Amino acid sequence: MKISEIAKILDAQILVSNSNLDLDIQIKYGFASDLMSDVLTLDEEEVVLITGLCNIQTIRTAEMANIRCLLFVRNKQASEEMIELALENDMIVLQCSYSLFRTVGILYENGLCPVY
Amino acid sequence: MHNEFVVVEGDFSNAGKASSEIKKTLKQLNIDNQKIKKIVVAVYEAEVNAIAHAYGGTIFVDLDQEKIAVTIKDVGPGIPDLDKAMTVGFSTASAKVREMGFGAGMGLPNIKNNVDELEIKTEVGVGTEIKMVVNFL
Repeated sequence: MKISEIAKILDAQILVSNSNLDLDIQIKYGFASDLMSDVLTLDEEEVVLITGLCNIQTIRTAEMANIRCLLFVRNKQASEEMIELALENDMIVLQCSYSLFRTVGILYENGLCPVY
Repeated sequence: MHNEFVVVEGDFSNAGKASSEIKKTLKQLNIDNQKIKKIVVAVYEAEVNAIAHAYGGTIFVDLDQEKIAVTIKDVGPGIPDLDKAMTVGFSTASAKVREMGFGAGMGLPNIKNNVDELEIKTEVGVGTEIKMVVNFL
């Protein structure tokens, strides 16, 4: 699924994206967690990280795990520092208003694969 | 190549800076991506541990064509029961650490799973020294 499709079906805002071309990147898996150590165990990298944890360590974790696409649920607001770090790492950050449960339900229904 | 980074107690906004610098250096040297991920995940977890539990410390990075060795030496409370600390799910983390998305007792096990060599020296009331090695060959 393209990142642009993820944004569309979730009515999500694009907070960070270096280029419109980035929105064509294909994402195969979804992983939802607020526990960053759990994210750091993933081998897969074509992943969108769906989380309600919105702080600088969320971006750092994605950086270390080679995850380029992040999705914050429940309109969690990213700080300027987070946005800067995400841009520096060429990430695409989305934000939607839905709950974590509803978000993953919609993505699963639309064909995004679970990691485990 | 040798490099050093300082870790400051409680400085969560800078947790990951050393790992990030190591990642950039290894990428420039065209090291295999999976090897890079292994060492940076391990160093990042160790950085978070040092910031969360210790009173400050230093990260020493030694890099050659065959391997990367990273040692994190802290001044801190030490680990009273290392076997327990290596167990998944065991944690003494504060609420602040949990708010940052850590503190679930996965740090040391994650480190162990990602490195080729791990050596932990710890003394209660003095500090902890963790040496991690990832081989490139």
